[in-house]
Amino acid sequence: MSDSTSPILTADGTPLKTKLAQTTRRLRFKALLLTLPLVVFIIITFVLPIGQMLYRSVHNPTGINVTPNFAEAIQEWDGQGLPDDKYVELFVKDLAIAKKNREIGKTVGNLATRINYEIPGSRSLFTSTARKAKNIKEGPYLDALIKINKKWENPAVWLSLQRASKEYTASFYLAALDRKYDEKGNVVRADELYQIYIPILMKTLWLSAVITLLCFLLAYPVSYLLSTLPMKTSNLLMILVLLPFWTSLLVRTTAWIAMLQTEGIVNDFLVFLGVIGDDGRIQMIYNMTGTIIAMVHILLPFMILPLYSVMKTIPPTYMRAAKSMGASTTYAFTKVYFPQTIPGIAAGTLLVFILAIGYYITPALVGGNDGLLISNLIADHIKSTLNWSLGAALGTILLVVVLVFYWVYNKLVGVDNLKFG
Amino acid sequence: MKLKTLTASILAAGLIAATSANAGDITVVSWGGAYTKSQVEAYHKPWVAETGNTIKSEDYNGGIAEIKAQVEAGNVSWDIVDVELSDAVRACDEGLLETIDHKALPDGADGTPATEDFLEGTLYECAVANIVWSTIFAYDKSKMKDGPKTMADFFDLEKFPGKRGLRKGAKVNLEFALMADGVPAKEVYDVLATPEGVDRAFKKLDTIKKDVVWWEAGAQPPQLLADGEVAITTAYNGRIFNAVAGEKKPFEIVWDGQIWDLDLWVIPKGSKNKDLAMDFLKFSTGTKPLAAQASWISYGPARKSSGPLVGKYATDESIDMGPQMPTNPANLTNAVQSNFEFWADNADQLKERFNAWLAKG
Repeated sequence: MSDSTSPILTADGTPLKTKLAQTTRRLRFKALLLTLPLVVFIIITFVLPIGQMLYRSVHNPTGINVTPNFAEAIQEWDGQGLPDDKYVELFVKDLAIAKKNREIGKTVGNLATRINYEIPGSRSLFTSTARKAKNIKEGPYLDALIKINKKWENPAVWLSLQRASKEYTASFYLAALDRKYDEKGNVVRADELYQIYIPILMKTLWLSAVITLLCFLLAYPVSYLLSTLPMKTSNLLMILVLLPFWTSLLVRTTAWIAMLQTEGIVNDFLVFLGVIGDDGRIQMIYNMTGTIIAMVHILLPFMILPLYSVMKTIPPTYMRAAKSMGASTTYAFTKVYFPQTIPGIAAGTLLVFILAIGYYITPALVGGNDGLLISNLIADHIKSTLNWSLGAALGTILLVVVLVFYWVYNKLVGVDNLKFG
Repeated sequence: MKLKTLTASILAAGLIAATSANAGDITVVSWGGAYTKSQVEAYHKPWVAETGNTIKSEDYNGGIAEIKAQVEAGNVSWDIVDVELSDAVRACDEGLLETIDHKALPDGADGTPATEDFLEGTLYECAVANIVWSTIFAYDKSKMKDGPKTMADFFDLEKFPGKRGLRKGAKVNLEFALMADGVPAKEVYDVLATPEGVDRAFKKLDTIKKDVVWWEAGAQPPQLLADGEVAITTAYNGRIFNAVAGEKKPFEIVWDGQIWDLDLWVIPKGSKNKDLAMDFLKFSTGTKPLAAQASWISYGPARKSSGPLVGKYATDESIDMGPQMPTNPANLTNAVQSNFEFWADNADQLKERFNAWLAKG
């Protein structure tokens, strides 16, 4: 007989309350463990690389690595005219040491590359001067350098060196925004002939908007059809939507090349019909048109699926009810049906727009001259020019633009209203 | 073409899987297609037969990004890589490559020391050249009876109507444009070094901009020509030669204004098989393998002693390889050597301008 005030015990003698708490804690811990792989995966594959990208876009200590003593001293320089010989002496000595260094990130070549970004044509200035630096035994050091190469007379080189000798830099963001430092170290717009990133970013946004709109116009009737047809037919049609979706992106893009090229199927057919002459074949690919056509096709399922899943939940009786009360078809559609599909439209347009902003392979393959997007430029800096800092700065700007759009979108539609399927 | 490459790479992957267990195993990286095939026949097979080691052959599209990534990550899986000169020099400057002792290279077959046997400007601190290749332009004879003869013709849309194929990028194209605009081959880089020269080159490119199809991979131009996508295209001379000799395409190479360059072997710093890679490098840049490669593709050997040994095309004895080489005197009458120093200095800036120019549509 247990006392009525004493706690209820379990078989092994521990109070039930404690035991219960223990069990639920264990369960909760187990549940947490189950999500752990995903959390770790996201941290490793998403959070860390993006953090690193953000860091790389501002952190570039090349100057400190290559010419450490000079880098420390030159910060005191006021940037007027040419630097005092005491700084130049340190520079020459550091350069002679760096010449022998073959450690990655600490070679003269690294510094040469870094300065060459800001002052084109100064790469060989550094590599050739470094070869002769050890022969400069006494001052005046600046004159000795100028004797080796006239370009050392240019104050801009020394200002650039001073900037490169800091741990953190804004140069890559300036470059990514088509700005540069002038001779006196002021930030100015780049020469019009060299402005590229802002115009391409604008074009990317504009093209993405056009693609999103086209996707919407094409997808809405299709989704409506899919949601209203009897299951058997709609399943068959659904396969037609999904089949391209399951096909490799690369295959679909190359298929468009086969279709649209000047000697391709579409042009051949038009010539066969006599619509155009053999000389008048239309250029439909390797330009902006090609990018738009291929991307609309590839992104279409991302619009159809959310729209379909929302339309499927709208009972047809609503429309019938509206009509029975005297509404015209158009009125019933705009007042009853359309508003209910907004969550699907919102989800679809957001998906398509954000995917389009970062699209890379398709524009690279069919974009030709003027169909390139900002991600192609980023890839170029990561893959071929190896200006990773600039690539990172551009990537960060793209990320910020997407976040800003998401924020505006949230204000307009409300993220709670999205329905992805 | 695509399917063939695919099957080949699947077969290659199978081979790799089968042989990777072997101890003496190096990874050789090159440009793929007909070019890699010529190296496999001339370098890989004899070296494997002689040493008993095995080779993994990988393809890439040039540039030093992969080398940089591997070296910086401290996980170098490429042991020896075939690169362009400007890339070799830059990678060396940035400390990404092993240095190479030129005295350790084998003497020529005629006993000349390696340092004298190699053509001038083909040995570098971190790189040893294997071949001389060239960017030329070509057209389809069957579609154009009286074809273009000079660089100026390439830019003449009235006399030779039709699309033009150009490699996407500033390099080579700016030189071509200046030559077409009347700048003598010898003065091309002097003119290009001035801002007015750059403007002039872009202005010349403007005249054909609307009719250009841009290509990126070396295998594209012969395909563009064969498909009739372009009437005239620039291309790597070996690829056009291969389409003509191997696939019997009616293409004609125009050597006027050709821009020749080097391909070189480099060893990424921290290669796990550095010694074997070095051994392969010495072997493959010997007199005989260099000459043998020239029988598979029309790229000129970097050694003087290989010259006299260059003979017939490997799979068709009726074709003499000598006249097909970029270094053949008749082909060099109006030629330019790509200036790696100019491009090392100006590539970043000109690339930006080129991209901006291109994007304006």
